[in-house]
Amino acid sequence: MALSDKDRIFTNLYGLQPWSLHAARRRGAWDGTAALIARGRDWVVEEVKNSGLRGRGGAGFPTGLKWSFMPKQSDGRPHYLVVNADESEPGTCKDRDIIRHDPHLLIEGCLLAGFAMGANTGYIYIRGEYYNESVVLEAAIREAYEAGLLGRNAARSGWDFDLYVHRGAGAYICGEETALIESLEGKKGMPRLKPPFPAAVGLYGCPTTVNNVETIAVVPTILRRGAAWFAGFGRPKNSGTKIFCIQGHVNRPCNVEEEMSIPLRELIERHAGGVRGGWDNLLAVIPGGSSTPLIPKHVCDDVLMDFDALRDVKSGLGTAGVIVMDRSTDVIKAIARLSKFYKHESCGQCTPCREGMGWVWRVMERMVEGRAEIEEIDVLEEVTRRIEGHTICALADGGVWPVQGLIRHFRPLMEERIAAYRARHGSPQPALPMAAE
Amino acid sequence: MAKVTVDGIEVEVPNGATVLQACEAAGKEIPRFCYHERLSIAGNCRMCLVELEKAPKPIASCAYPVADGMVIRTDSPMVRNARRGVMEFLLINHPLDCPICDQGGECDLQDQAYAYGMDRSRFREAKRSVKDKYVGPLIKTIMTRCIHCTRCIRFSQEVAGVPELGATGRGEAMEVGTYVEQALHTELSGNLIDICPVGALTSRPYAYVSRPWELRKTDSVDVLDAVGCNIRVDSRGPEVLRILPRTNDEVNEEWLGDRSRFAIDGLKRRRLDRPWVRKDGRLAPATWPEAFAAIARRLTALPGHRIGAVAGDLADAEAIIALKDLMAALGSANLDCRQDGAALDASRRDFYLFNTSIAGIEEADALLIVGSNPRVEAPVLNARIRKRAIAGKPFPVGYIGPRVVNLTYPADHLGEGPAALRALLGGAHPFAETLRKAERPMLILGRGAVARADGAAVLAAAWRLAVETGMLKPDWHGFNLLHLFGGQVGALDLGFVPGEGGKDLAAMLAGDVDALWLLGADGFDPARIPPSTFVIYQGHHGDRAAARADVILPGAAYTEKDGTYVNTEGRVQRGYLAVHPPGEAREDWRIIRAFSEGIGRRLPYDDLAGLRARLVEANPVFGTVGTLERRGGADLRGPAGDPAAMGESPFVLPIANYYQADAISRASDTMAECARVYGSGAHARLAAE
Repeated sequence: MALSDKDRIFTNLYGLQPWSLHAARRRGAWDGTAALIARGRDWVVEEVKNSGLRGRGGAGFPTGLKWSFMPKQSDGRPHYLVVNADESEPGTCKDRDIIRHDPHLLIEGCLLAGFAMGANTGYIYIRGEYYNESVVLEAAIREAYEAGLLGRNAARSGWDFDLYVHRGAGAYICGEETALIESLEGKKGMPRLKPPFPAAVGLYGCPTTVNNVETIAVVPTILRRGAAWFAGFGRPKNSGTKIFCIQGHVNRPCNVEEEMSIPLRELIERHAGGVRGGWDNLLAVIPGGSSTPLIPKHVCDDVLMDFDALRDVKSGLGTAGVIVMDRSTDVIKAIARLSKFYKHESCGQCTPCREGMGWVWRVMERMVEGRAEIEEIDVLEEVTRRIEGHTICALADGGVWPVQGLIRHFRPLMEERIAAYRARHGSPQPALPMAAE
Repeated sequence: MAKVTVDGIEVEVPNGATVLQACEAAGKEIPRFCYHERLSIAGNCRMCLVELEKAPKPIASCAYPVADGMVIRTDSPMVRNARRGVMEFLLINHPLDCPICDQGGECDLQDQAYAYGMDRSRFREAKRSVKDKYVGPLIKTIMTRCIHCTRCIRFSQEVAGVPELGATGRGEAMEVGTYVEQALHTELSGNLIDICPVGALTSRPYAYVSRPWELRKTDSVDVLDAVGCNIRVDSRGPEVLRILPRTNDEVNEEWLGDRSRFAIDGLKRRRLDRPWVRKDGRLAPATWPEAFAAIARRLTALPGHRIGAVAGDLADAEAIIALKDLMAALGSANLDCRQDGAALDASRRDFYLFNTSIAGIEEADALLIVGSNPRVEAPVLNARIRKRAIAGKPFPVGYIGPRVVNLTYPADHLGEGPAALRALLGGAHPFAETLRKAERPMLILGRGAVARADGAAVLAAAWRLAVETGMLKPDWHGFNLLHLFGGQVGALDLGFVPGEGGKDLAAMLAGDVDALWLLGADGFDPARIPPSTFVIYQGHHGDRAAARADVILPGAAYTEKDGTYVNTEGRVQRGYLAVHPPGEAREDWRIIRAFSEGIGRRLPYDDLAGLRARLVEANPVFGTVGTLERRGGADLRGPAGDPAAMGESPFVLPIANYYQADAISRASDTMAECARVYGSGAHARLAAE
């Protein structure tokens, strides 16, 4: 059963109507914002908690819980809300459509979220490549200021709230919340050690909460329609609606807002026109943006698209960027390309990521050709295990998961490739003479 | 306190400590590369990962704060696997050039690979190579060896206060460098070599010279500035090959200035290795008996009051007391150790000491610097001031002196000369109020500020300001004099100043003496010595004064004798003989003792023990080697001098060229190269910018 139109939060996801404040208001944005704020900070946090909203940026951390980590009383330091619009995960383009077609949902969400965490200032960190989107966003913010919806006594709620847009320079790592904070402060985007967490020591050393664009943008509607409404979609602990980005070998790639826990097959067939060449032509799907391990067709047949179901099949919902690969795909090459991406985007701080990602990519490149020993598949697997979980941030984890997924599901294919290479060239020569140590 | 269990051993550590400290308290060794006690925590090498009970992933122990009831494991399969993994990752792109690497034998990576690594490599790809960077004449870089621990970056930012090093690029393309290639502008650059855990930053002058296991290591004390940095002299055969700092938290922590570290090639050049006697206007090689005879002939013919002696800046206390005793035996009270003419009052110790103590700087809450650039005069002490300045609590610093000075921490420039001091004294200046409000204010008076015609007035004015602004309290002494060289305070402590009826240096140079005994005294222009004066030069370098001498007695440098030195705080420290003096040169006190016997006025000590007993007799402070008793400023009576007599001329800093400030560094090629690269000093360019 698909999400009905009346339950959509992003009613202008496709940009059929203008993004302007006037149009947004007609769609229901900024309706009764002051009344929502009048119900108090605790009510907002509690409502978001009850809605079961989990962070839409990939990790799926419960949003209400995250907000409640912010100090209840300021110790003199200001609180900050930072919105992560550094949407760089390959396969993900939901925040972009929110910003360019429905920016007022985000801006209203910023005010409500800022109020809920005691922040009078918000920053939206938008990735540098989203130039046009940043122009729209800035214009929308200007509209909101002119309409008295931001600034002093924002939306006549009694709460002062200023919102700024900061453009990044196009580094994937700046989507990691602490690297984003560093970058926002004008430093090199490198993740910070945790603890302390941003809720205690964040931007400029002050309590800070970093949320994804989609997370913030759904908040006004949740508050207006009630936590129970939102929690009514999807399975328990995976509630709500979610924008899925479906691409790859499907007939009609699209962004679509759907109920959580929708079966993957239904999602693809209903909204994306099905897999190119029919469902049986499916090879594998990367279900949640490039960091999540792929799942082969037999898993795709009946898996549900939510955090827990995908975790149970050793993948993840991530950002819900669904990358569909049909049988024409060289899946080893596809994953090798992702390895190259992560090698390129590693910040270089932690040893395992800095050194390991290049190693993984180089071995993957040889795996594409089959120029390797079968035992090297095990070495590769072990190297990824030694990278995973040994670094400051999760970039390295996300960088090796695709490789682990490949080995988990397509090891026979890799072995076949190696055997074929051997049949053509004889035993592979190492790239360089092995060191004699 | 938090109770933490490490591998079943329960320890109590203070709240706020890190897991790594808890592990160390439990006696567990935690391997690390990026962690350094004196730098901020980076947590990026991932070598120190340990297992925390109930945590899904291993944690970086260097950065993780302890909590009560934590259960840590440092020997579990998870930890072993993590260490082995990190080690493997570090080595895949690290060159296998240990056999030609200068770090070999004292390399953290080597040692830890041995202890925690695997016995073979599984890496079959091409290794990364990185272009070497030029960071100055002192540091050689082989950047392919870099493991990106960022210690050097943090050191230059935090300790040295010159944020010139940084990382460019990201991921495996990350490179440490200076952005725009240039020499590092810091007098502390040599410490980068020590903190680099691998062979990426090594000593350029020491490149390919020796292996650590070939070296004999002798503990000693640096004399090239007045901080008295604790050092280790590494020598092989007759050569000093390098000098490294020793840890002493009270003095130098574990840092050392570049001149003190790299001037050692000066110990091999321009040395006086045999006696010389002037014959027919020319210096000619001579034997010891000939040299002694030439001196004796002249001195015994003169009345005592026509003989004078000047102690040099690098002289050890043993030589100074021997010379003083000799002069007494000859009936002379014409002694002086203040070659720069500093109007120091030696009548009370706290008039000329750095009374706050170096470690005490960290307790201060306001500072006034008068006529001194500590960055050049005592780089390690300046690092301590910087440490205090960035420690968080407010630390207002005022500075009176030439405008173009970069101290590496913010300072209010209050003026260039005594006028500013006068304004502070009147209380009219707002900074006087800042000092008065402070709980523990301190003042650093540069030696240069008193080495001038109105020096006594400046000294008295500074003291009066200290009294007026509450720097002198029963438990706090905020008046400090910053000396320049290791032998200066020792000479003052031994009273090597004009005695009853004695003449000072200016009078001696004005022709009031007929014979002058210079003990390594290269601190003034020898052209000022009247042509008729008979000059005996006893010292180790053929520097300024030796050429003027009538007799040269070759002495020993600080690495070549067991010597006692007093640093600017008044801390008595001892250096030991690392190598023997070259040729016929001898330890200085033995020369004086031998001479005294030749003229029938034998000094009453035959060995070092006897001499040191005499030192203690002369000043009991010499009996307290290594320790420092901090005294409050109970006695407010000031030194002689009238503050009103201060002139108007601006203060001039005494050391114009950090790299060539003494006889040893002036003989050093390395220091000459530094002077060429940096101009008059690393600070100069920064200040000009």
